[in-house]
Amino acid sequence: MTAPFTVSRATRASRIGGAAALVLILGLSTFPFWADAGWMREFDELSCYLIFALMWNLLAGYGGMVSIGQQAFVGVGGYSLLVLGNHLHVNPFLAVPLAVLVTLGAALPISFIAFRLQGGYFAIGTWVISEVLRISVANVSAVGGGSGTSLTALRGISRSTREAATFWLCLAGATMAITAVYGFLRSREGLALLALRDSETAAESQGVDVPRTKRAVYLIAAAGAGLAGALYFLGNLRISPDAAFTVNWSAFGIFIVVVGGVGTLEGTLVGVVLFYLLNKFFSDYGTWYLVGLGLLAVVVTLKRPAGLWGFVSQRFDLHFFPVHRRLIPRERERACAT
Amino acid sequence: MELLSTRKLEAYYGDSQALFGIDFEVEPGEIVALIGANGAGKSTFLKTVCGLLPAPREAIRFGGEAIGGLAPGSIVRRGIALVPEGRRLFPSLSVEENLKLGGYVRRAGPWKLQTVYRLFPRLQQRRAHPAVALSGGEQQMVAIGRALMSNPQLLICDELSLGLAPVVVKEIYQALGELCRDGLTAVIVEQDVAVAQRVSRRLYCMQEGRITLTGPSESLTREQISRAYFGV
Amino acid sequence: MLSFADTLVQGLLLGGLYALFALGQSLLFGVMRLTNTAHGDFIILAAFGAWSLSLLTGSPWLAMLLLLPLAFAGGYLLQRLVLNGTLGKDPMPSLVVTFGLAIIIQNLLQQIYTADPRSIDSGGLNTATFQIAEGLAVGALPLLIFGAAVALTAGLQLLFDRTDLGRAFRAVSDDREAAELMGLDHRHVYALATGIAFLLVAVAGTLQGMKTTVAPSDGPSLLLYAFEAVIIGGMGSFYGTLLGGMLLGVTQGIGFRIDPGWGIWSGHVVFLAALLLRPSGLFPRTR
Repeated sequence: MTAPFTVSRATRASRIGGAAALVLILGLSTFPFWADAGWMREFDELSCYLIFALMWNLLAGYGGMVSIGQQAFVGVGGYSLLVLGNHLHVNPFLAVPLAVLVTLGAALPISFIAFRLQGGYFAIGTWVISEVLRISVANVSAVGGGSGTSLTALRGISRSTREAATFWLCLAGATMAITAVYGFLRSREGLALLALRDSETAAESQGVDVPRTKRAVYLIAAAGAGLAGALYFLGNLRISPDAAFTVNWSAFGIFIVVVGGVGTLEGTLVGVVLFYLLNKFFSDYGTWYLVGLGLLAVVVTLKRPAGLWGFVSQRFDLHFFPVHRRLIPRERERACAT
Repeated sequence: MELLSTRKLEAYYGDSQALFGIDFEVEPGEIVALIGANGAGKSTFLKTVCGLLPAPREAIRFGGEAIGGLAPGSIVRRGIALVPEGRRLFPSLSVEENLKLGGYVRRAGPWKLQTVYRLFPRLQQRRAHPAVALSGGEQQMVAIGRALMSNPQLLICDELSLGLAPVVVKEIYQALGELCRDGLTAVIVEQDVAVAQRVSRRLYCMQEGRITLTGPSESLTREQISRAYFGV
Repeated sequence: MLSFADTLVQGLLLGGLYALFALGQSLLFGVMRLTNTAHGDFIILAAFGAWSLSLLTGSPWLAMLLLLPLAFAGGYLLQRLVLNGTLGKDPMPSLVVTFGLAIIIQNLLQQIYTADPRSIDSGGLNTATFQIAEGLAVGALPLLIFGAAVALTAGLQLLFDRTDLGRAFRAVSDDREAAELMGLDHRHVYALATGIAFLLVAVAGTLQGMKTTVAPSDGPSLLLYAFEAVIIGGMGSFYGTLLGGMLLGVTQGIGFRIDPGWGIWSGHVVFLAALLLRPSGLFPRTR
């Protein structure tokens, strides 16, 4: 006796999208052989913002924890890279994943402090934590103090090798970040997260370990931010406390996620592309450009809270990264097959 | 001429329907009871009358005026006051402050602080205490007093007897009876059917969003009520 | 010994300024659970407004007086037209919108006033001092600011405890729906709260501009000080906020004396310690 329906997660769009993504990644990986160095550098930066935004979306859009202090982990990642490379003489490219581990280690004790607060106060509290780290680092002259220092560990490597390796690391990092977040959301823990987002008490009564799930999300998001930091400063060759711990990371992350579409993976991707285009064409306008970004974020939140992608996906029922399972009645399934 | 009436009143929570065409009437000066099991729709009905849930304008009439869908503030200003289920006193306010807040809309009428204290002398003794520090019965008095402060024509009481000892319930309903003899109209929602029958002149019974029985409280039999209440 | 007393006194007086920053935020969070991440930027906006007005009128006090009704109206309209729509169970809309406002304000100020720091001419008040004891002097302006902080704290507490409006604030904060049933319009009550909070912001901004220089990018620091004062003192109590501000000021002062690079850091760390050890603050009002 078979059930009158099946449960499926993939959509036609997701199957097409998956194939297209594979082609894109393979295509991108050939860049170092023919593309302009300037393009690669732009892609490097963009992938760092993408990783950061994905993590911010995971934390806020899925985990319900809005943070203005994720830049703390960008800084930890960046400075870990510096210390590993300059002072401990680890190969700088190898130091990237190590920096991520260091960030993860730092995030665990920090989470215990941060979780004392909730809601709006959690957001500002994380910012304070980031400031503590920034000032601490700025007071340590061994890592360059307030004005920062260069990643001398990269000196011995030829320019084209450095640019290629950095590019591939960024491509790998971005791909891994997307895959990891998507994989997490499809897993049992991810389902718990979605339930938690809708109602903590209901989720708890179903056996979801709320504190543990939230902490897991916080740690993943922190590790991701650390990755973004390590990659960013690997490409930048120079790091300073103000650049590493600036709240601008959160500002850009919020913009990308909110305008693109909070709570969806596609939204973050759309947001990054939009951010890149806006940056390219309007950043010359300086302060007016930033006013525009702020205004856009405010208007989108008030008028179209689902963001650009939310509007499109609801209108056209399009899902490239389907996380929800759908019930397909058997009759329709048979009809589709014929 | 009814004071309050609803005609084919429907209500929804999102896409799910909670009330399926409720016809309800209250004459001036009478006490009407609304009974039913949990989830029957009694609270939903009260919420639509008091403006907490949307309703079509003409579906609810009060004093000859169509009031469906108006904001809670407008409903209070027109003379309907609610004593909410669970009292819902303000924890940060003292007894007297809770009462004063009831008078926020400043409707003309006999009810002021002094008149409430005369009705419930125990409250005057404890007027500076935080309202939630009082006993259950006293809190119920505060809730009723707070509603009276808006000088309503119609008082709606949601589950007055909940959590109270029978002797306290008797005291509360005695006070309510006096108020209605003086001209107030009341709708009481009660889980305790015996109390509801004793106190009211007419009663309605609800089940799954519909009225299943209505009639004079005195003459309804236990069997009739059981059938309407449980649907068996 | 005397220099320690000096640090203590300066710290306490600084704390008065921090309390002034924090009172508005304490009020908004108490009434409607709103976290305004642009709070510091509004203070700076007020400071620049006062700077322009004082140039126009020739007096910083007249400037503050003119600023007050503008600030109240601004706060009322902001709440009514923008912020009311962001309140709810989800903290994200209010955080994103206020964060966006912060960015807008910072950059608009920079566009209009350039990034240069400005100072409001206080007619010498910012350099006048009183000699209290041998080697211990207090500035006239810091003393005035401290006095203003104490007076405004008392005033706010009185407003909440004794007035009709305060009663409305407490009721709406306790149970918004029940308050609506009594005839209160929460949109209006919330907007009044924001209007009053912005009065405090106007005072704080003007005094800050007189005491020291202000630059368009100063907002975030002030937000953090205000926030820390509120948390250390305990949410829901204005006197707690005042004491929290004083504790923060003293901590920063001691930190600065040990090493100027660690001054602000000490304040942040004490805040985090308070979070770990006494998360409900020094004087929490239980609800």
